[in-house]
Amino acid sequence: MEGIGRLMKTYTNTGNKDTRSGFGAGLTELGKTNENVVALCADLIGSLKMDDFKKNHPERFFQVGIAEANMIGMAAGLTIGGKIPFTGTFANFSTGRVYDQIRQSVAYSDKNVKICASHAGLTLGEDGATHQILEDIGLMKMLPGMTVINTCDYNQTKAATIAIADHHGPVYLRFGRPSVPNFTPEDQTFEIGKALHLTEGSDVTIVATGHLVWEALEAAKALNDQGISAEVIDIHTIKPLDEQAILTSIKKTGCIVTAEEHNYLGGLGESVARVLAQHQPTPQEFVATQDTFGESGTPAQLMNKYGLNSEAIVKAAKKVVTRK
Amino acid sequence: MSNTKQLEDLVIQVRRDILRMVHKVNSGHPGGSLGCTEFFVALYNGIMDRKETFEMDGIGEDIFFLSNGHISPVFYSVLARAGYFSVEELSTFRLIDSRLQGHPTTHEGLPGIRVASGSLGQGMSVALGAAQAKKLNKDTHLVYSLHGDGELQEGQNWEAIMYAAANNVDNIISTIDVNGQQIDGPTDVVLPMGSLKAKFEAFGWTVVEITQGNNLEEVIKGMAVAKSKTGKGKPVCVLLKTIMGNGVDFMMHTHAWHGKAPNDEQLEVGLAQNAETLGDY
Repeated sequence: MEGIGRLMKTYTNTGNKDTRSGFGAGLTELGKTNENVVALCADLIGSLKMDDFKKNHPERFFQVGIAEANMIGMAAGLTIGGKIPFTGTFANFSTGRVYDQIRQSVAYSDKNVKICASHAGLTLGEDGATHQILEDIGLMKMLPGMTVINTCDYNQTKAATIAIADHHGPVYLRFGRPSVPNFTPEDQTFEIGKALHLTEGSDVTIVATGHLVWEALEAAKALNDQGISAEVIDIHTIKPLDEQAILTSIKKTGCIVTAEEHNYLGGLGESVARVLAQHQPTPQEFVATQDTFGESGTPAQLMNKYGLNSEAIVKAAKKVVTRK
Repeated sequence: MSNTKQLEDLVIQVRRDILRMVHKVNSGHPGGSLGCTEFFVALYNGIMDRKETFEMDGIGEDIFFLSNGHISPVFYSVLARAGYFSVEELSTFRLIDSRLQGHPTTHEGLPGIRVASGSLGQGMSVALGAAQAKKLNKDTHLVYSLHGDGELQEGQNWEAIMYAAANNVDNIISTIDVNGQQIDGPTDVVLPMGSLKAKFEAFGWTVVEITQGNNLEEVIKGMAVAKSKTGKGKPVCVLLKTIMGNGVDFMMHTHAWHGKAPNDEQLEVGLAQNAETLGDY
């Protein structure tokens, strides 16, 4: 089995970077290339890395103050004049706080608003559970017509930010606070709804999203060393889900682990479970929070305590292969 | 602008439409609709500089947002009679497969509707966004919106009211239907809001009061005054004093007909008080 390790494709971390800076860089790029792009922020310009856009295009930037409901409504209104609004605040305040505004003024009204959300999940860290939303993917994927994207690193977040401007319709773009490995190509083209096969494997499929993608790659290396061949798929788009990529992979491996920085209720795992139940019932293990709130701590401590790291993925993979 | 007699006839016909629409499906909101009939008729027949055909982006024309979406009957009737869709379609109000949903929506592609409304308190923010888009597009046309007085109990309004003045959004005229009623009773009993004039002025808006909101000429005059106040660095608020259920005696001065349809007998009484003018659908 040692040969597997030599065959497995490896990824290099080109240096830790925060995904929210990828969003800021993407927005800066859009400012230059698309004059219809406008940005709104609810008193978190620095946190969302929107400073550049604001500086370069003050007339297209709207500081709304600590008033997220008004921000979402204004974004809906701006689309009526042909603008493409990008709203920026923490994931918690981008979703749960303004759910009804998104539901009626954006989703039901078919408005071309891009809801961009940083500081998602436990890795927000020390601020604790009030700010660590673990329910946002579920909230947003349930809205008819909403596209839901959770990017894994700086480069992918930048590419996704640029790509969603060309997609007509409401989008929820979820990213994070901490610096994490940057390993996807700098010059990538982001395709909404298209899963990325990161490693080929034959024993277990690992489907991961957001910060858990790098952890899945680390897990695959560890599993490989232990003689288990893991196929890692990066699902950056949770809705619409690339069902074919998942079904093709599990035909080969016969079991699956899903990994996400989100509650196991309502997240990527449940979306995958639905696909499996409908098309190919398959053993699945969920790496996700277990219907709980977070707490204060460093990102690494929290991901360890709540079982959202490569060790947890390895454990889940070993368990699921025995269930085949 | 159409002459006053034509508009008076239209007001009566719209009242008939409202009564017949809600009666047919035994649901809907006649009280607030009747109270705002003169406002809608004036708005779409003289006050707004609008295009005859509907385009969602509303570039190069005045546009309107209804925030208190439950008064959809008056909105649909006035839109149809302004030519956005056929008046016959009013007969589908609230029926399955209709574009005339209980509360207005863009979802079914009904011309004249630019945002869904019904969950209260959201329309002013949307109108503000549209007003800012007009400024970016160097479009000098105006954005109009309508809100219930009870609706102002929703906090999002005050976020929008604060934003508009702070950012000199002076191409918007937000009208408040001050009928003093909401579902559970008089607004002053349910949750008194004090002086709306003082509140809007304290937030930096220019306030225009129309004390007889069911007098067509007064509405036209008042809205012209409001229009003359735009473009001067401040958002404009119109406090439109109306009588809920206006034009049907037994529906007036009460919240009882907020969301209740007349029965067969009551319909006949209401229609008799508003003899057909322009032809029923």
